Amino acid sequence: MSTTQESTTAEAAGSTAATAAGTSTTHTETGMLIVGASQAGVQLAISLRGTGFEEPITLLGEEDHRPYQRPALSKEFLQGKVDKENLIFRSAEYWDEHDITLVKNSRIERIEKKPDGSGTALATDGQEHPFLRIALAVGARARPLQVPGADLTGVSYLRSADDALDLKGRLDEFTDVVVIGGGFIGLEVACSLHGMGKTTTVLEHGSRLIGRAVGEETSDYFLKAHRERGVDIVLNSRVESLVDSGNGTVSGVKLEDGTFVPAQLVIVGIGVIPNTGLAEQMGLEVDNGIVVDGYALASDGSTIAVGDVANMPNPLPGSPEGERIRLESVNNAIEHAKVAAYSVSGRREEYAGIPWFWSNQADMKLQIAGLSMGFDSTVVRRVDDKGKFTVLYYREGQIIAADCVNTPLDFMAVRAALGKNQQIPAEAAADPDVMLKSLVVDREDTR
Amino acid sequence: MPTVHFTDTEGTTRDIDANPGDSVMETAVRNGVPGIVAECGGSLSCATCHVFVAENQLDELDEMSEMEDEMLYGTTEDREDNSRLSCQLKITEDTDLHVTTPETQV
Repeated sequence: MSTTQESTTAEAAGSTAATAAGTSTTHTETGMLIVGASQAGVQLAISLRGTGFEEPITLLGEEDHRPYQRPALSKEFLQGKVDKENLIFRSAEYWDEHDITLVKNSRIERIEKKPDGSGTALATDGQEHPFLRIALAVGARARPLQVPGADLTGVSYLRSADDALDLKGRLDEFTDVVVIGGGFIGLEVACSLHGMGKTTTVLEHGSRLIGRAVGEETSDYFLKAHRERGVDIVLNSRVESLVDSGNGTVSGVKLEDGTFVPAQLVIVGIGVIPNTGLAEQMGLEVDNGIVVDGYALASDGSTIAVGDVANMPNPLPGSPEGERIRLESVNNAIEHAKVAAYSVSGRREEYAGIPWFWSNQADMKLQIAGLSMGFDSTVVRRVDDKGKFTVLYYREGQIIAADCVNTPLDFMAVRAALGKNQQIPAEAAADPDVMLKSLVVDREDTR
Repeated sequence: MPTVHFTDTEGTTRDIDANPGDSVMETAVRNGVPGIVAECGGSLSCATCHVFVAENQLDELDEMSEMEDEMLYGTTEDREDNSRLSCQLKITEDTDLHVTTPETQV
């Protein structure tokens, strides 16, 4: 393969060295330039090879790490159960064998694209990457907290391996932590740190936990469960400022009602913002992410956009015409990349994967199948009173999603039923003694 | 060096050197072994790293948890008596394990 040298150069060049060098290098034209080397970008490279794409592939990552998986950062990695090596997607040999060139430390600042889909991407280190086709797998960045004191030392976000490594290195420096944001990341981090003996408080702006992803029954359960396990949770909290200890480090969080919560560490997990800057510069349609069609194609008809950054048609069978969604999940990154790979290889297939999500918090496992947006009724299956239950979501009588708490059997049944465009009648589903799997029937209307 | 032998449905076997402490799933994924998807990265949430373990080696394995047992009821290819989720199988110094991957995981 002709691209080994590029990869070596990029690996040798730390970010400082690359900037200082200031040299402009133009690389050999690649068949597919993938900007972003996280879950979606990596999967796209792998799936392109799987679908018979034969041109060289270049995978550009912004970080100084080989491509790695993120979900464990807030859980097993932070808790010291796995190390960074365990998170690496593929061995170096794999990329070489498949003619996929990895470039680390590469941040693209501008893309010049011709109508035929080819063009050149210009990196901040002066490197130029000509391509026949380009894919944006640029993901999303942590939403910044905007209150006085937000830039104090001791205020962290948890999005990247560097964030997690930094946090791990400082575990001995604090006893009290405040987590701002009661979503998946916030609660996972809170559980991890509480489990390591830290006094942990979660401040949630909304009236319930994980409000964007689950319904009220599930929120209420997690609120009670976390409090019972010793994590302090404040709902409807309004952060006024982060307080300076006097030397530029944080000493706590002041709320609008005057409450002061001491903390030597504040972790912010208040959602993400899709990285649409490059797409805007390219003149692509952007609306809460890069707008794509069912084949992962952006508005110019040739640029691919996949994963967290893509705003796509709702992939669930039976969803209303024109309904769009942007999903932040591993499963979507993988499935969407597969759709894109088929699209590039001329074997177009509609995205038919069923979105699903998981979150492990302390000893609790939450698995969500489908999307509950637009639901009009729910059925709660309470398997036992020790925290095993499932909430089924219905829209006009059809099942569309389920929150499964410690009930993998239910999760598997619902995910399979949605995948096959099948139905689980609401009337019978409430009885926890009946296996959900036994209730699955074909839907009468099929779009 | 510990080794895992992955045989696919067409009968092709890949012998992969493994690191003690890793899981069978991690060993497969890092080396790009076809037939193991492992969407959830090993957190026992997706059941896409299903394998069939050689019958005569079942006794060598740690017992499965209730959670793994339940997840195995949701695999795409139906479970058998020798079914396991490979993310739950830890490699030790003297692992020399033979597994077969199912035709499909999703």
